Parts: sequence; structure tokens; C-alpha cells
Amino acid sequence: MTDQDYNEIFSGFKGEESDLITILLRVQERLGYISKDAIKHISQFLRISENQIYGVASFYSKYRFTEPGKKCVKVCMGTACHVHGGKYLSDAVGWKLGISIGQVSPDHRFDFRRVNCLGCCALAPVVEIDNRVHARMMVTDLEEMMSRGE
Amino acid sequence: MNDLAARIETARAKWDSLNNSKVPVIYIGTATCGTAAGALDVLEAVRTTLKENKLKAKVVQVGCIGPCYLEPLMDIKMPGEARVSYASVTPQTARAIIEEQLIKGKLPLKYAVGHFGVNGNGHIDGIPKFFELPMLRNQVRLVLRNCGFIDPEDIDHYLANDGYAGLRKALELSPEEVIEIVKDAGLRGRGGAGFPTWRKWEICRGAAGTDKYMICNCSEGDPGAFMNRSLIESDPHAVLEGLQIAAYAIGASHGYVYINSDYNLAISRLLKATEQMREYGLLGDNILGSDFSFDVIVKEGAGAFVCGEETALIGSIEGRRGMPKSRPPFPAIAGLKGKPTIINNVETLGALPNILRNGADWYKQFGVQGNYGTKTFSLVGKVRRPGLIEVPLGIKLRQIIFDIGGGSWKPFKGVQTGGPSGGCLSEESLDIPVEYESMKSAGSIMGSGGMIVMDEDSCVVDLALYFLHFTQNESCGKCAPCRVGTHHMVDILERIAAGKSRMEDLSQLQVLAETVARASLCGLGQTAPNPVLTTLRHFRSEYLTHIKEKHCSAAACKELVEYEIDPAKCNGCQRCVSICPTEAISGAKAEIHKIDQYRCIKCKACYEVCRYDPLAADAVVITSRRNAS
Repeated sequence: MTDQDYNEIFSGFKGEESDLITILLRVQERLGYISKDAIKHISQFLRISENQIYGVASFYSKYRFTEPGKKCVKVCMGTACHVHGGKYLSDAVGWKLGISIGQVSPDHRFDFRRVNCLGCCALAPVVEIDNRVHARMMVTDLEEMMSRGE
Repeated sequence: MNDLAARIETARAKWDSLNNSKVPVIYIGTATCGTAAGALDVLEAVRTTLKENKLKAKVVQVGCIGPCYLEPLMDIKMPGEARVSYASVTPQTARAIIEEQLIKGKLPLKYAVGHFGVNGNGHIDGIPKFFELPMLRNQVRLVLRNCGFIDPEDIDHYLANDGYAGLRKALELSPEEVIEIVKDAGLRGRGGAGFPTWRKWEICRGAAGTDKYMICNCSEGDPGAFMNRSLIESDPHAVLEGLQIAAYAIGASHGYVYINSDYNLAISRLLKATEQMREYGLLGDNILGSDFSFDVIVKEGAGAFVCGEETALIGSIEGRRGMPKSRPPFPAIAGLKGKPTIINNVETLGALPNILRNGADWYKQFGVQGNYGTKTFSLVGKVRRPGLIEVPLGIKLRQIIFDIGGGSWKPFKGVQTGGPSGGCLSEESLDIPVEYESMKSAGSIMGSGGMIVMDEDSCVVDLALYFLHFTQNESCGKCAPCRVGTHHMVDILERIAAGKSRMEDLSQLQVLAETVARASLCGLGQTAPNPVLTTLRHFRSEYLTHIKEKHCSAAACKELVEYEIDPAKCNGCQRCVSICPTEAISGAKAEIHKIDQYRCIKCKACYEVCRYDPLAADAVVITSRRNAS
């Protein structure tokens, strides 16, 4: 992101410390993650230390500090999904891609995340791939979808 | 004030013209749950079908009406006729329904689930009334009254349905009188703890200073709960009106809605709603010509369960790590920016417009002494009719699970209420009334409203481990009992679930759980051991079989099960052989297959194929053997 992009994001804020969490969210929406460069820019804008920003950002599960993969596979870990066998799905994704939750596949095609609850518990277990929720998933469906590169 | 009166007049006319429309009206539920089930595809199909056939109809996107198991729902109201609801609609059936009803003029009975009558009356052959369906019959919809009926993005729909009448009533009274009404109605915090709302308000009202804050808590981080999100998505103005009433009562001029940043649709609807409110003079200085000035900021959280705790939430709004502080001082005295602050749950606020509009006595007809009003629950898990429900307090758990939810598919085992802070209750506890005190004495809590039903295929040890994993992950790390204690509890539970534990572990777990509950700083740690303590109390025998016999009766604990092929059933179709990722299954075509236990990673793929493939014969079984140690 260029200086201009950052200024665009910052223009909606007064520059108070309380804006930090929202600014980080906006940066992540644009960039996909929180880069070192982004923390530097935010630090200058809000006039707080980079350490403080990293301290806040690392507290919340939403922020990430590495570049995301192309496709985002989010396995729901909600209670309803759990009792319907959601852990088999996350095991299957991990096994298929050879990575664990929070990592990116070596070829950068897949991004493997977990969410606490997608809130469509009646459709459990669910998996969200690129913002599309797939209902009543089974291990075999998921493996097939991922093999097809969907 | 007059300005609003005129707007209400127009809104009512608009609402009436929709209800008495000369062209058919098609309602589609496009809240997050509907969208996940495919409502947007249905919407697209409806639009193209209308266009292709050159049909004139109004399409209205509404919120969630509750029975998630019927999603996506599409309703059609023909001019002068009752609104009929169609369930589990796909783009193909949507097309068929429209062709049948709009072109041929016949009711496609096979897709219909219920009708709404004309002004609540009416009868249609072959279709029951929607609100007399088993799932809805025992519900009382106060907070959710508009959900699924109004367009949440149109303030006029809300105004036409007595919207902002509660606020107008409140502004006619003094703040003290408003507090008195809420006190009289006996409203208690719907976030789970059940603290009397008025008492919190009174403390804040009496606190020194003129700068006060009113915050709506929609952090809703607990898994398996979506009541608050659904309410905001389906009726955002009800929550904002409640927020204003509360702000007026405590004397706050600044408001925040703290909302989970994953709730995209809810956030956009809130922002749209506040915009419309400004336009209608319902936000800003001197609202409706009174002395009351108020504005709202929608503040997104960034995914931390602990931010549902009041002091942590305040920290998060201030741009810090969301770590709880020790109390006192309570936020009602010194909260956001050190100023008196009240934080109320979405549902508490959602109940306020009704109370102010209809009075305390009206509200008290619902519920029982000490627990007046209604509570929403997200009823999910192994239940036949999952969904969002609203019931009067005092109803029996049995009624919720069996009458409304239709019971479980397989034999019922237990119900988990209150999410990670709550507990599991067994069959014996089903006749306790759903009240704050009785739920607590049974070992669980009312909680914010997650209710997860378990059947014989769910293992309570596995569930306790799941919740402890969650709280351990979400523990902010500030105090040692929670940070270290939950970690050790997870360790012990993992050993039990893996069949590697001894009897001493159980007493150690009990002591540890009690210590964490007593010594932790905030609600997260204090309630984190609840899933363990309640399962130890109600399902102790299951722990014992895990420890002594290395046996999981639900066959859910991975380490204690084996995948086997039933030779009597196997037809040798080779579907499982080809799907197995580790080549653990062998067997030629038409011969009985065999699973190599050393290679099997228990991924469940063969089990699924064997159940759902038309060629296969349900031969793969998951069993847990009893090994006496």
C-alpha cells in the first residue's frame, strides 16, 4: 500500500488512540493482513509506539501478520458444528493441506482459518470458503471441493 | 414532534399500501442464516422469473423469522389473500412456486408450510397457520415481534409498527419515572447474569458528572449463539430505540454499539439505521423537540470473547487490549474514559421499547414472579427443529426442547445452556423452569441464550474438553488462575478423552475447577469451569467409563474408537478403498473389505461414503471397546 492509501484510510479518523482497533480493521480489509509497514504508518498517525500497536493487535484473534493465501477456508468451530462433527472437517483440511489452523499452504493457494461461530448453527457443520457458507459438510465433500480447487 | 407525526402518517400509509398491494408481494428472509442456506440465489431466481414472465410483483427482503431448519423461507402474498410461507426453497422450486401461484393462480400446497391469515384470522385448506406450527405455538414474540415481517433497512416499516412510540413515551416522562417503570416491569439483564437493569441505571443516574456513556453490548463471542446478531439484522431500530431510552434514563448523551466485526450484515444495517434516524430527527441535538441530545457510534470489536465482559469491552473501545479490570469501581461509576457508563445487552435494550409503550403491567403478564418477560434462545445441536426462539421465562426446559424443538433424532442425552460459561444438564433437570435462580441452582446459568441439545452420539467429556479449549484460548492471560488453571484442566481432560488417565485425575480436576472458579478475576475465569463441574455432577458415570474402561459410549473420542467393517453388511463395493487417504482399507471387488488399524487415521471418510453412497451398504462402523484396566 502506498502513502496515499494510508492517508485515504486515515482520513475518516480523528487520530485518537481509541481509533486504533478500527484503523487496524480497515487496513486489514485493504491489505489482507497487518504488515510492519502498516504498523509504522499507524504509529505515526496516532502518535503511539509501534510496540503498543503490536501489543493491541496481537491480542485480538481477527488480526493477522502474514500474507493470506488466495482461497480462505474457514472451518466453523461453534458448539453446534462441534457436536455435528466439525472437528473431522478441520482435521481433514489440515491433513489435506499439510498445515495447521492459522497457516497458509506452501503454494499460497489456501488459507486455513477457524472461526468461533458463523451463526448458522441449524446448517451444522459448516465451512466457509471465500465468504460462501457450505452447509452440512462432510469430510468427503470437503476433500473433493478442495481437490477441484474450489 | 409534529414533524415525526407527519412521518409516521406517511409510514403507515406506505405500510398499508404494501399490505393491501394490488400486485403480489414476495418476502424473502435474507438475514445471515437465510443467506447461508441460499436465500440470495432464491432472490435472484425470483427476480429473473418475474422478469421472464413479465410479472408485476414487489420483492421485499425481510429478516429472520426463527425456524432456521426451514430456511430459506419465501412468502407470497397475493392481493386480498393471506400471506403463505414456503420452506426450504431452492431456485428451482422458487420458479415453480411463482409459476404456479402467480401465473396459474393455484396454491402450490406441497411446498407450503404455513399461512399468516388475513389480520390474524382466516383458513386455508391444506395449510396450517404459521404461528400454530409446533415450533411457534408455544413461543411469545415480544422482542422478535417485527423480525421477518418488516424490511430492516426501511425505518418507515418500523415506524408504521409502533416504532419509536416507546421513546416518545419516555421523553414525556422524567428519567426517574422511566427507571421506575423498568423497575416495576422487573426487567433483568439478558446478557446472562440477570442483574436488575434498573438498579444499574439508578447508580449511574446518581453518579456525579454530566458526561455519561450508554453502550450496547453485541460482542456475542460465544459459539452456538446468534440471538443478538439475528435481532440486529432483522430489527435494528428496536435495539437503537432501546439504547436511546436507556440513555435518556441514565442521562447519557453519547452511545456506542460494540459489535463483533464478523457481523457484516448487522453492522451495515446498524449504520443504515442510524443514518435514517438522523434524517428523521431521532438522533442529534434536542431529539423530538426535547432537551435530550444523543448520538451513536458503531464500534467494531476484533474477535475476543473476553470483550463481552464490561471492563474488557470498555478497554477495547478505548483502543487497548481487552483485558478486564478488577472492580470496584464499577463502570456505572467510572467506566469509559473514567465517566459513568452503562452497558446493556442487545436483548435487554430490545425489550425496552415494548415496556415503555405498553407499560410495566403488560410486561408482567409474561413470565413468572421475579422473572418477568421473555428470553430468546438459539436452540441448536441435535434437535429436530433448530432455530431462534423466544419464550416466556418460567417455561420448562422440557417444553423448549421437546415441544418447540421437537426433541432429538436419537435418544436424548442432555442440554448445554449458557455457552462456555454455562453447564450441561441431564434428563432429570428438564423439569426445572427456565429462570435465573433455578438454572443457577441446577449448576448451569441462563446465559445469553445458546442452547445446545445433545443426543447419545455426543460425548460429554468431549464437550467439556471443547469448551475448556475455547476458554483457555480466549483467556486474556491477566490472572494466573484462569491462564494456568484452564491450561491444566485441558491437559487432564485430554488425558481422559484419550483413555490415558487414572482415577486421581478426576479429584484433581474437581479441585482445580473449584479453584479457578473462586480465584479468577473476571466472569470468564469464574465461569470457565462450569462445563466441567456440571458434567462431573450430572454425567459422572461417563467420566468413569472413560477412565476405567477406556470406553466412550458415544464413540466420539477419537483415541477410544476404532473403525471396523461389518462383514455381514459389506458388499465389497470398493468405495471406501478408493476414498481412504492412507490406503488403510484393502479388499478386492465383491469381497469383504478390511481396515488396517495401524494405518487408519480415523478421518471418517470411509464411514461417510459407506453411509451416503448409493452403492455402499452401511458396513463401516465406529466402535469403542470396553477395556477393563
